[in-house]
Amino acid sequence: MTPSPAPAHENRLLRSPGALVIEIEGVTKLYRMGSETIHALRGVSLHIRRNEYLAIMGPSGSGKSTLMNMLGCLDTPTAGRYDFNGKNVAHMDDDELADIRNREIGFVFQTFNLLPRSNALHNVELPLIYAGLRKHERIERAQRALENVGLAERMHHRPNELSGGQRQRVAIARALVTRPSIILADEPTGNLDSKTGVEIMALFEQLYEQGNTIIVVTHEEDIARHARRIVRLRDGLIESDGPAH
Amino acid sequence: MRRFFYELNESLRIAFAQIRANKMRSALTALGVVIGIVAVTLMGTAINGIDAGVEKSFSGFGDDVLYVTKWPWRETQDWWNYRNRPPIRHTYAKQVNDWIAENPGSALKLAVPTANRMTNIVRGEYRVNNIWTMGTSADYARITRSEMAEGRFFSEFEAQAGANVVIVGFDVADALFPGESAVGKIIRIRDQNFRVLGVAARQGSFLGLFSWDSMVGMPITTYRRYYRVSDDGEIRVQVDTTRMETARDELRGLMRRIRQLGPEQRDDFEINEQGTIRAQLDPIKNGIALAGLFITGLALFVGAIGIMNITYVSVKERTKEIGTRKALGARASTIRLQFLIEAVAICFVGGIVGLGVAGGLSMVVGAVAPSFPLVFSVGLVLVGLIISVLTGIFSGLAPAWAASKLDPVVALRYE
Repeated sequence: MTPSPAPAHENRLLRSPGALVIEIEGVTKLYRMGSETIHALRGVSLHIRRNEYLAIMGPSGSGKSTLMNMLGCLDTPTAGRYDFNGKNVAHMDDDELADIRNREIGFVFQTFNLLPRSNALHNVELPLIYAGLRKHERIERAQRALENVGLAERMHHRPNELSGGQRQRVAIARALVTRPSIILADEPTGNLDSKTGVEIMALFEQLYEQGNTIIVVTHEEDIARHARRIVRLRDGLIESDGPAH
Repeated sequence: MRRFFYELNESLRIAFAQIRANKMRSALTALGVVIGIVAVTLMGTAINGIDAGVEKSFSGFGDDVLYVTKWPWRETQDWWNYRNRPPIRHTYAKQVNDWIAENPGSALKLAVPTANRMTNIVRGEYRVNNIWTMGTSADYARITRSEMAEGRFFSEFEAQAGANVVIVGFDVADALFPGESAVGKIIRIRDQNFRVLGVAARQGSFLGLFSWDSMVGMPITTYRRYYRVSDDGEIRVQVDTTRMETARDELRGLMRRIRQLGPEQRDDFEINEQGTIRAQLDPIKNGIALAGLFITGLALFVGAIGIMNITYVSVKERTKEIGTRKALGARASTIRLQFLIEAVAICFVGGIVGLGVAGGLSMVVGAVAPSFPLVFSVGLVLVGLIISVLTGIFSGLAPAWAASKLDPVVALRYE
């Protein structure tokens, strides 16, 4: 139905080939805006393995955000196949997608998206509530996740009592706490000064060394250079896919 | 299931945090529900009050009494069938009592004759008009439920002799003898002197239903000296309430014998009980209740619209938060529950405040105007809380549904 133009070269690129986590084949996405149809993705194929550190780049309108929403199971493709850990998620219903997001994907947003009236600990605990974990287990895991990002001392502070870098660390701890298959970061340094941005990227490096799979969506070359592999999009197609230098 | 409880817990936490964060807004919104609940519960207390008032008005007469009358108490279209019935004579009471004496196992216990007439009563400069004056026998004291506040009922001897003595109701005594005791004093009825023997205890009246408070009673022998007993005569028979049907049958048979009716002839008297009057009052009461609840329900409805509006605002304000929660794995049902709980929480708080206000108001009214029919009850509180929760669900459903249906991609982008 749709062409799959992406070359199958991922094996060459991987530092240490792990199991396939994400398998996208010939994915398209159409939006209807009034009478106009917008082709956000025109047939994208992409394979991502466990413990990869990947950057997705592209100018605005390239389909970067659409691909990220697709990868994050916030959206489903119009056509094509999307397997997550071998499960076809392209035709899942909303509740099934919610469960996949809860268990398999850790989101990190540009604007942090913390709950303003909850302290750091409760913010990190939140995905575990949706997962249905018992209270003591939730607290224990949330505490460990916060310690892991270096915020052991700030657990009971609210977001407005934390600096931008600290807020993003809370958000990263929240993304890590469910032990997801991938961490999906959308412009994670976009709202931070450059020094703090470097610190956050160092944290991602550390998480990658610990064995996490990280996908960073960005338009900044400096940020993308931290990744091991860069996928560039243009006009809804993958323009290039290769190792970062 | 466990997950549901955690989410419920989380939703409650958010809801109360949200109310705390928007104190003014929540308070103003809840005010609508407060007013609604106050209106509905006050209406409820008034309806309870009507019930209690009716019960109280009837309690003086006792529901273990059958009334033998010429006219039926129920509504009739064929008045011509009753018009020519002979009057109920006061002497029937003695005949019934004689029969009871011969038949100890009977379900009938005691019969008294009564006759009623409106009259005016004078004492010096004081005067009361249109007072129900009842003639009866000394046995009446044994079948009535009302107690004497002071003095005593007239005796068998006074009744036989036809003495000019009266028992007066509380309000009558109060009007004729303000600030003093009526017992032993003289009042004038039809230009005759009567000595007051006793004052009946206050019963309270309601909706103009007559009670002992505005009546006077005298021996029927005395009554017959001044009034002609004809259509207004009736016989009251106290019966064993556990054998109501038997009592009715026995009384009917006895009356037919007294009236010497042949088997082919129809009854020319009526046996009534209080239930008949109550049955007639019920539709009136229900009409008042229905209209009242509908009108006060409108107030609650306006409150509900306020909650709905504010919940929509809350959904709009927190669109991005909804997107975040969905990204973190909240299902549509979770989001729905969260906003429903928020609306219910405001309504519940409003309901509690409203019940408090209504309770306070009915206490104040009870203290200031004791005769005003308001009865506040635990059942009413429960109903009020249930209504406020239902109001919350009603007003939260549409916004919660809208929130749960938000596309996470769109919601996350919302600024």
